[in-house]
Amino acid sequence: MNATGLRRDEHMERLKLFGLSSPALMLVMVILVIPVGWLFYVSFIGADGSFSLENYERMITRKSYGRIFWTTFEVSLLTTGICILIGYPLAYFMSQLPPRLANLCLIAVLLPFWTSLLVRTYAWLVLLQKNGLVNNWAISLGLWDEPIKIVHNLNGTLIGMVHIMLPFLILPAYGAMRAIDRDYIKAAANLGASPRRAFWTVFFPLSTPGLFAGALMVFVLCLGFFVTPAVLGGGKVIMVSMKIVSNIELFVNWGAASALGVVLLVLTAGVLWIASRFVNLERATGGGGH
Amino acid sequence: MLNWLRSPASETQVTHGQRLWLYVFSVLILILLVIPTFIVIPMSFSDSQYLEFPPETWSLRWYRHYFGSEEWMQATRTSFTAAFLTMLVATPIGVLAAYGLHASKLPYVRAAFVLLITPMMVPLVLVAIGAFYAYVKLQILYTMTGLVLAHALLAIPLVVIVTGAALKGYDMNLENAARSLGAPRWKAFATITLPQIRFAVVTSALLSFLTSFDEVVIAMFISGGDNPTLTRNMFNALRDQIDPTIAAISTIMVLVTTFLMVLAQIFGKNKTGG
Repeated sequence: MNATGLRRDEHMERLKLFGLSSPALMLVMVILVIPVGWLFYVSFIGADGSFSLENYERMITRKSYGRIFWTTFEVSLLTTGICILIGYPLAYFMSQLPPRLANLCLIAVLLPFWTSLLVRTYAWLVLLQKNGLVNNWAISLGLWDEPIKIVHNLNGTLIGMVHIMLPFLILPAYGAMRAIDRDYIKAAANLGASPRRAFWTVFFPLSTPGLFAGALMVFVLCLGFFVTPAVLGGGKVIMVSMKIVSNIELFVNWGAASALGVVLLVLTAGVLWIASRFVNLERATGGGGH
Repeated sequence: MLNWLRSPASETQVTHGQRLWLYVFSVLILILLVIPTFIVIPMSFSDSQYLEFPPETWSLRWYRHYFGSEEWMQATRTSFTAAFLTMLVATPIGVLAAYGLHASKLPYVRAAFVLLITPMMVPLVLVAIGAFYAYVKLQILYTMTGLVLAHALLAIPLVVIVTGAALKGYDMNLENAARSLGAPRWKAFATITLPQIRFAVVTSALLSFLTSFDEVVIAMFISGGDNPTLTRNMFNALRDQIDPTIAAISTIMVLVTTFLMVLAQIFGKNKTGG
């Protein structure tokens, strides 16, 4: 066999191997890509059945929609910010521990990660309710005198969401910190850097790829979040995904729901696209290409 | 103790004492991470209508209610069946895809990988209403088939990522050696590669199971009729009132998760698995 033949054979072989991914790709096409494409189409169909931009115009002209987008953005940003403030020191703490202890902490992070989101949301509902554990303890500790309303509002939503999103931030941040060569810190200290300076000029910059990847994941997941704000928000925190659901469940308005969905998807893709210019996204997803 | 506080904790000679705030803070957060998962367990054994902690009187009342309700039992069966079938569907096609993409070095591999992990990035609500529409056309709305296909869609990114990571750490030359000795590719894969990445495959399978078992939003739209899932019924019950039966069900779900996690820890201890 000559060289061209061999090359052709190899190409065929590679095509065959690539074909192994076709069942999975088919599934993604049929259940995700094509239906979402259809939603995109429906979003441009008006109430009278012809092409129209009314579903998008409504979003701009009606104040309630602006508020929903603002709430979504606000909740996502706050959740991400709080996750960074809490998660980064925790990940740092874990990265400084000997491996055996760190693994124990890792289990404490992974356990809620694996537990049903609904169960955790329910647990917070129970903990934060008026005669719940948090109120009772705070009163007996003298933090406040009367039961206060912590759930069915923005605070409750944030508490629940931060709890659910924290592992998404901690895991990549911790991974990045573990990978840092400690000799760099030692070198910085040797050269006379104070602990603070060694941390901020050497350790922190080296850990940012993991931190950004985690924060990005949290932000993107928050944008489309439904269950926790729906349960803990008590109808006071209305995010885009909840409006999509109510547009379909209550008003059977596919046009309006689709248009919201398209905007949500574009926002999500936009955030990911912008971020991909600064961060290695493969870090957030655990790898990919070669 | 005092000596320990004064001893250096890091390369920069920060002492443990100076870091005490970090230790206290971190342990507190770790406790806060874990507590909400377990707090429902004692509460589910309370005799009271209102969830209290610690319960004043103990009873199995909410478990009796759960196990005695045909509706909850039906939903539980649906959830377990869907989770099991999702595992059976998503694991093989996900592993095949990860292997195919890893071994084939064609230029479209990257694009295919991105497509395979999009289900993880697209907001769930959008996946749900898209699937709802597609299922009306395909006439599989409210069927087990439809539910399993949608859950498999969600599980595939996890399988591809976990298995893909394991394949990266695996030396393909082992498989090539088997093939040069005359084994067909499928046989080389099944007898040489698969055993090497089995931990990642087991982890993928467990993750697929949990993905389906815990999923709410999609189930809200496309499971119903005779086939509502446990999570769908729980979510509807949560919207109305804080029913302590949910605490009993949550306890069972936490036990299922913990059991699977222990399994993963046992089978996942390895060098190659993700």
